[in-house]
Amino acid sequence: MNTFLKLHRDDNVQVALRMAPKGSIIKAEGGPVGTLTEVAMAHKVADRAISEGEMVIKYGMPIGVATVDIAPGAHVHVHNIASRYTATHYREEDAGLTDA
Amino acid sequence: MPETHAETWLGYGRADGRKGIRNTVAVAYLVECAHFVADEIVRRFRGQDVHLIGFPGCFPNDYAQKIMERLGTHPNVGAVLLVSLGCESFNRAKLAEVIGASGRPVETLVIQKSGGSAATIAKGVSAVERMKAQIADVPRVPMGVSDLVVATVCGGSDGTSGISGNPAAGRAFDRLVGDGAACIFEETGELIGCEHIMADRAVMPELGVELKACVEKAARYYSVLGYGSFAAGNATGGLSTIEEKSLGAYVKSGDAPISGIIKPGDIPPRGGLYLMDVVPDGEVRFGFPNISDNAEIVEMIASGAHVTLFITGRGSVVGSAISPVIKICANPDTYRALEGDMDINAGAIIEGKSSLEDVAIEIFDQITATAAGAKTASEALGHQEFILTYKSFDPLGPACLPGV
Repeated sequence: MNTFLKLHRDDNVQVALRMAPKGSIIKAEGGPVGTLTEVAMAHKVADRAISEGEMVIKYGMPIGVATVDIAPGAHVHVHNIASRYTATHYREEDAGLTDA
Repeated sequence: MPETHAETWLGYGRADGRKGIRNTVAVAYLVECAHFVADEIVRRFRGQDVHLIGFPGCFPNDYAQKIMERLGTHPNVGAVLLVSLGCESFNRAKLAEVIGASGRPVETLVIQKSGGSAATIAKGVSAVERMKAQIADVPRVPMGVSDLVVATVCGGSDGTSGISGNPAAGRAFDRLVGDGAACIFEETGELIGCEHIMADRAVMPELGVELKACVEKAARYYSVLGYGSFAAGNATGGLSTIEEKSLGAYVKSGDAPISGIIKPGDIPPRGGLYLMDVVPDGEVRFGFPNISDNAEIVEMIASGAHVTLFITGRGSVVGSAISPVIKICANPDTYRALEGDMDINAGAIIEGKSSLEDVAIEIFDQITATAAGAKTASEALGHQEFILTYKSFDPLGPACLPGV
């Protein structure tokens, strides 16, 4: 079975259905992409390059803005996207950032 | 989605023209002081479609009066027994008049005038037996998806809800709306961040303005109550922003255009997708808008919901009085732990055993089977949760229901 789920055709991220080790393969429109790090269940990975300032799309809708250039296969989370409403409160040690 | 089974069944035709999927006798207490007596009456009819509803407050409240009137005339309800203590403020005469005018049998017992608890219980049991006989031959009428009002709620959510149960319910909603059903979603306090994309789905720009305004009202209301919108644990579970958290809840509304805004007890005027604005108007009073999941379920039933889709991750076990609840479990581990309380295992999406489409079809089929009479897990277990508390609302603005 696929390790990643694309929730909407417009999305530029996919969601891990279980803990995915580094190098796990994501099926993407541009061809297969390997994850650059380990990714925890229900966390997100870019399935194509996302430029700084570009919207991150999940459920077909924007969930925040990329704060840096994000490479295909990179973990997309609190370290590289930002809310357009309120800053996200998180504890660094608990946020599941294996690549931060 | 492909057609998977016959989507017509025989419902219960009411004198007011509405069609129900159950033929329930509702026993309603009109103040907490009458709750025990009403409950004792209902207990004599376990497993026989006799349900307990009621309002605990002694002080009058227009919202509670409206909700009780809508529940007493709900299409799943065939007859109503009102149980009053006698000295409470609830307008029992008006409630009985509204129910009677809909063509339903209605009787009122006043404990203070009926000889007290034991005598009222005995009279109540006789009254329910009489009503059951009266509604046994209610005409059965053909019914289809376009006759249904379907509600959705999520509770006990976790990181799986937004990627399995909620999007699958959203796809089922798209099909229901396409087939002419009226579908209701709510929880405006968990739509914060979604207001602009939601407004873009409004059938009219004026409605879009109202959609944004009711989410802004929820944000203000919850900030006075001291709600935090994003906990550290959400990030641990993979959520990165408040928008993402809200969208996890929002996706259960699907992709259909939004036809209007309703408030609790307002009946959708035709098929389509409706947002229920559950947050009271005016200054903050009476406490939290909905103190638990069943308060929201009751409000959507008051707006005519025949059936409610309840998406849970952590694992809620509730059902409801009046209308069946279909429980959709988003988390595969929770499903295994609480299988007897669940109707649909959306956790199968996470484990790769089913697609979103497969589960959406399963949800749709479960709705039509339930409408045709099959019992949901919570119905079979005898669940009948009900809660109604104080609120206050202003009437709907003119832009909330375009074209009506």
